[in-house]
Amino acid sequence: MAALTTTQPAPTPDAPQRAPRRLGFSQTLGRWDVKVSPYLYVSPFFVLFALTGLFPLGYTAVVSVYDWNLLGGQGEFVGLQNYADVLSQETFWRSLVNTLSIFLLSAVPQIIIAITLAALLDQNIRNATFWRMGVLVPYVVAPIAVSLIFGRLFADQYGLINDILGTFGLDPIGWHRDRFASHVAVAAMVNYRWTGYNTLIFLAAMQAVPRDLYEAATIDGAGPWRQFFSVTVPQIRSTVIFVVLTASIGGLQIFDEARLFDAGGLGGADRQWMTTVLYLYDVAWGNQRDLGRAAAVAWVLFVLILIIGFGNFLLSRRIASSTTRTARVPRSVTRRLRAEARAAGDANPATTATTATTGKTTSTTTTRRDS
Amino acid sequence: MRSSTRPTRRAVARTLQATAGTAVVVLALTACGGSDGGGEAADDGPITLTVATFNDFGYSDELLAGYTDEHPNVTVELIDAASAADARTNLTTKLAAGGEGLADVEAIEVDWISELAQYPDLFTDMTDPALDGRWMDWKVEQATTPDGKLIGYGTDIGPEAICYRQDLFEAAGLPSEPDEVAELLGGEDATWEDYFAAGADFVENSDTAWYDSGVATYQGLVNQVDFAYEEEDGTPKPLAGNTEIKDLYDLVVEQHEAGLSAGLVQWGEDWASGFQNDAFATMLCPAWMTGSIESNSGGVTGWNIADVFPGGGGNWGGSFLTVPASGAHTEAAKELAAWLTAPEQQTAAFETSGNFPSQIEAQESEQVQSFVNEFMNGAPVGQIFSNRAQAIEGNPFKGPNYFAIHQTVQQGLERVETTGEDPDSSWEKSLSAYDDLGL
Repeated sequence: MAALTTTQPAPTPDAPQRAPRRLGFSQTLGRWDVKVSPYLYVSPFFVLFALTGLFPLGYTAVVSVYDWNLLGGQGEFVGLQNYADVLSQETFWRSLVNTLSIFLLSAVPQIIIAITLAALLDQNIRNATFWRMGVLVPYVVAPIAVSLIFGRLFADQYGLINDILGTFGLDPIGWHRDRFASHVAVAAMVNYRWTGYNTLIFLAAMQAVPRDLYEAATIDGAGPWRQFFSVTVPQIRSTVIFVVLTASIGGLQIFDEARLFDAGGLGGADRQWMTTVLYLYDVAWGNQRDLGRAAAVAWVLFVLILIIGFGNFLLSRRIASSTTRTARVPRSVTRRLRAEARAAGDANPATTATTATTGKTTSTTTTRRDS
Repeated sequence: MRSSTRPTRRAVARTLQATAGTAVVVLALTACGGSDGGGEAADDGPITLTVATFNDFGYSDELLAGYTDEHPNVTVELIDAASAADARTNLTTKLAAGGEGLADVEAIEVDWISELAQYPDLFTDMTDPALDGRWMDWKVEQATTPDGKLIGYGTDIGPEAICYRQDLFEAAGLPSEPDEVAELLGGEDATWEDYFAAGADFVENSDTAWYDSGVATYQGLVNQVDFAYEEEDGTPKPLAGNTEIKDLYDLVVEQHEAGLSAGLVQWGEDWASGFQNDAFATMLCPAWMTGSIESNSGGVTGWNIADVFPGGGGNWGGSFLTVPASGAHTEAAKELAAWLTAPEQQTAAFETSGNFPSQIEAQESEQVQSFVNEFMNGAPVGQIFSNRAQAIEGNPFKGPNYFAIHQTVQQGLERVETTGEDPDSSWEKSLSAYDDLGL
């Protein structure tokens, strides 16, 4: 609206020919509009985020320094005692190891399978939409249904998988007894649900890769593998980073699958597959009934996710960019170019500098796991 | 548009007036005949009361509709959680949040009622002299707070008997008729030694285990200990020095090592499949368990019930209906809870779900006494469980921390039975879990 208003004629009627270049109010308004409006447009999310995201985060920090019973409510101020209590509980460390183990067992195969599937689906196949939607089907299945099915598969004594192993004369695997086996089982449930979801994200990114790159690669004599590693993977770099990040955040918050893996829901009698979020849940709503300690766990987990997420970010950036480095333009160069462009009276200097680096795709995906 | 809406609106208003008028007349008429307690005023508007239960309380739609017949202004809605644990989480979370979103009537399990009784202000005091003598004494005692408030009306109780597989007993060459089995296990003076000895005899002649789970067997043992984990005043006994519990722990471990236990975790996948795979021959069997046995057995017949229980009588489970104080219609809800737990309604619930009533009159009623369970080879369950209920002596004290401490020991046993952990190191882990509770 205001951005479209043309320069008003000067208010003084007796002015000679043109008014001096002076900023009128509407022009100021127009400048503000350009500068402020975008922020206003995106603000609803951030306002909501502050209310539903930041406030709980801060409040959790407050709760974590109090003695806070689930039913009894707020008690005395105890400082960092809750953190000390949590860190001294063996179960906490056990849950942390479990979480990392399940996370690795789920995230790594998940991303490898997803990217492979996406590459396959990116080919010219018949009924492409059918196959592409097909991979999303497991994602639609409710976690409780998944756990029911997998519960049958992974039962220790009368489970389907152990029955099959038995027909080959192999020893049954103690899916609920053995710690590592239980991690594999829980990770299998996670992978079942999330692989298709990631596949679609990768696929969306791959679809945006310019086809002439493949043509050029074909002319250069690159086979499908070479094309995959030298064209596809570097081109979807930012999506890989995105998926790795969301997968690690989600992976460190695994809860449903672990909770539903047995009837007790506490990660086994020996806490074989109790994840940290499950531990948090048990501390708050289980027998300890201590929201203060649970809040401390939440904060420890928060910091841990930040650290691991950041580590993954750095790592995946390196991996994704190691094969072919896209020409990076240093910021100083950009700045110089923009200044020159402005001096030359270019109306839209921003485009000149940034187009040099694009060729990457940006994924438009929504937030991932909800719990 | 405007002109056309006006007559319509007026018509609507007229219809509303007419309906309201009729409703008032109907209400007035029924209120005269229907109200027994006299608590419900005639001018009360229509209300909806919600009842939150878990598993299956046997409150069928017909039963609840019966309440609306007597109280036309009240509609009753049932919310049935899949498991007691879900219901417990839902209840405690919402209580912690100030009571928003709770049902008008909330069911509570006996194992966690004392924990909630620590906060009597959260619940309506349901003391009602008119209901004196309705329940067994110890049932009322369980729902009474230290300062004498009654926070819940008893629904069912869990008198324990022994359920067993008649066919497997026969195959192993043991006596298999219910009274013979009762005699085999010691009859009137049955002891745990008798039970385990019969088990040793059985496993020698069979590939099947004697019972399903050591944790369940331990539950039966603990339910006969007066002060298992806490002193009379509610202070927790340190687990490390609790020799009585350690002895029971060792006893159960010993039976496991002797091969009596199938080592299954109750309510788990393997346990459910175990019913169909002849995994075990007997079970400690509170009244409500008969329903679970039937639903899990899926075609396997041969179950029967022996009117006997080792170590005297025992009670496992049983629930209460409470009225959270934050509810909008606490008086009406209290009246509904009283109605639901009246002998007639609990008798009907027993016939639906097998939950044995805690009301003396219901227990003595002809309907309950003559009730037979077809699935259990026509066992006279009404008769058996009334006998078992009478055998219950005393009321084991379950304080605020009962459930939490109990679970640490249970999981110690579960570790031994399922992961094959060494009993001593598993006990050590239970001790450290006890320390984590921060009592």
